[in-house]
Amino acid sequence: MIEIKDLQKSYKMGSSQLHVLKGINFSVGEGELVAIMGSSGSGKSTLLNILGILDEADSGSYRLDNVAIKNLNETVASKYRNKFLGFVFQSFNLINYKNALDNVAMPLYYQGIKRTARYELAMQYLEKVGLASHAHHLPSELSGGQKQRVAIARALASNPKVLLADEPTGALDTKTSYEIMELIQGINDEGKTVLIVTHEPDIAAMCKRNVVLKDGVIIDDKLVEQVRAVTHV
Amino acid sequence: MFNIERWQEIFEAISKNKLRTFLTGISVASGIFILVILLGVGQGLQNGIEKQFERDAAGIIEVWSGTTTKEYKGLNPGRQIQFRNSDYELSVQKFGDGLDKKSATYNQWQGLVTYGKESGNYQYRGADADYQFIENATMIEGRWINANDVANTEKVGVIGLKMKQDLFKDKSPIGAEVTLNNINFKIVGVFSDPGGEREETRIYIPLTTMQKAFGAGDKVSVLFYTLKKKENYDQALAEAEKFEKELGAMLRSKNTIAPDDDSAIGVHNSVRDAKQFYDLNLYIRLFFWWVGICTIIAGVVGVSNIMLIIVKERTKEIGIRKALGAPPISIIGMILHESIFITTIAGFVGLLMSLLLLELAGPNIDSDFFLNPSVDFGTALTTLFLLVFAGALAGFFPAYRAAKIKPIVALRDE
Repeated sequence: MIEIKDLQKSYKMGSSQLHVLKGINFSVGEGELVAIMGSSGSGKSTLLNILGILDEADSGSYRLDNVAIKNLNETVASKYRNKFLGFVFQSFNLINYKNALDNVAMPLYYQGIKRTARYELAMQYLEKVGLASHAHHLPSELSGGQKQRVAIARALASNPKVLLADEPTGALDTKTSYEIMELIQGINDEGKTVLIVTHEPDIAAMCKRNVVLKDGVIIDDKLVEQVRAVTHV
Repeated sequence: MFNIERWQEIFEAISKNKLRTFLTGISVASGIFILVILLGVGQGLQNGIEKQFERDAAGIIEVWSGTTTKEYKGLNPGRQIQFRNSDYELSVQKFGDGLDKKSATYNQWQGLVTYGKESGNYQYRGADADYQFIENATMIEGRWINANDVANTEKVGVIGLKMKQDLFKDKSPIGAEVTLNNINFKIVGVFSDPGGEREETRIYIPLTTMQKAFGAGDKVSVLFYTLKKKENYDQALAEAEKFEKELGAMLRSKNTIAPDDDSAIGVHNSVRDAKQFYDLNLYIRLFFWWVGICTIIAGVVGVSNIMLIIVKERTKEIGIRKALGAPPISIIGMILHESIFITTIAGFVGLLMSLLLLELAGPNIDSDFFLNPSVDFGTALTTLFLLVFAGALAGFFPAYRAAKIKPIVALRDE
């Protein structure tokens, strides 16, 4: 599903260069649930942004679902993001003047799906995350956990190949974090490929594979015995 | 451009961001409102001044006689000059081809006019049929003196509106007999004069009747001429100055006056004043255009500012939309579509409000220098579209930049 070879990325910080990714080789198969770990500054978020076509690598190759992601213009990039990827962010990134249902329906709008069909589909995904009753609430009327559920429903709505989550539990308390992880595990159980960036070991333990980054290189990549979140809840 | 899904998306954004919409709308509407009011006031001032100078604008050449101040051909200074019919006839004979309107007049300052029990002292003046146009008088009832009246020395009179109100109150004076210094005259018309009340307290009678009935013989006091219309102002002025010079020379030589004696024969050429009138009008127009253009610029800057703030405020939303798969073109389209929609609606509201105000308040303004303020609807529409276009252009650049920035940068924006 994801194949990257010798990925390099550096940022200009004033006059000096900051080499963030120093040659990453990494592949993810369909249906995997991968945690990308590392301390802050290790390059894990940069890697996720590149995987999410939100940012571009300086060198190296990246293939997503057998499509080369290289030198895309913004229009094509946005099309690929819409078609292949679903995003979940630490700060939820819901549009605050739209209610839960509208937020979930948004990626479908950019897929060109008609209004009625769009809302029907969005409602199905809200039901899936258990928030059908809150469909007409604004983000400001939802708790953190509920907001993240809406964000997950939104990420799933476009039926992406890969779900990318950047610290999805970073702004949540432990109990809510586990509820979110339970939801993510459920999604993975249905066969969806999921990548999670996290620095919390208990969250990583709930994934099937842990990749550890340090100073821009992968220092550890191992399959783990998955801890089911439901046992904690 | 007609994409129902896009419209729904925009209406949603508008209805959920009422304050933002309201503020944008207010600034656009007030900009248009002020601009149209200014243009209307400018037009009103222009109309008022035009009316004030209406008489002069026609370009009348007036000739009167006085006393000589220079010795000439053995004649002493201090001699009183009196025009006669022959002076007038000679001028018409010589310059007739170039003249448009012409009239000789004979003026008396005080005459007792009586109708029934009402009476008063009024100025009375003998004039020809053309004099109506020279005085720029408008007939309210009846007619002016005609060529027939002059030829047959008819005892008919035309009175001013003020005089009619004094003597006749609400009755129609047409056909009524009044006495002027004990001679009966039949009233054939009532006129109003842009010169105001002073000029409306006069009675005009045929010049020939005046001379005969009041013992003036062949005396005339002031001669009036207007020249045939010319292509442009400069040509008209040149022609008028030539006429003025030749006429003066002719009358001076006929009456044995020194060629440079301006007080024996005075000529007033109001074509020269018309120049000032045209200039004044031009300056007023230029001033209000300048104010208007400044207002448009202020409006454009205001709208641009709002657009910049809107785009800034929506940077994060733009990042989210891009992460969810919005292509840059749809981001630009969304922002421009919304801004054009709001500025157009708000602009129309401002336009209608200002036109309504001009329509309602305009006729109630009573001032000598302000009349009938109005705005050409086409001009108003043009300014509106200019503002909408400028707003769209001003919105385009920040929208384009926002659509170009990487989603992660936009997402980081708090």
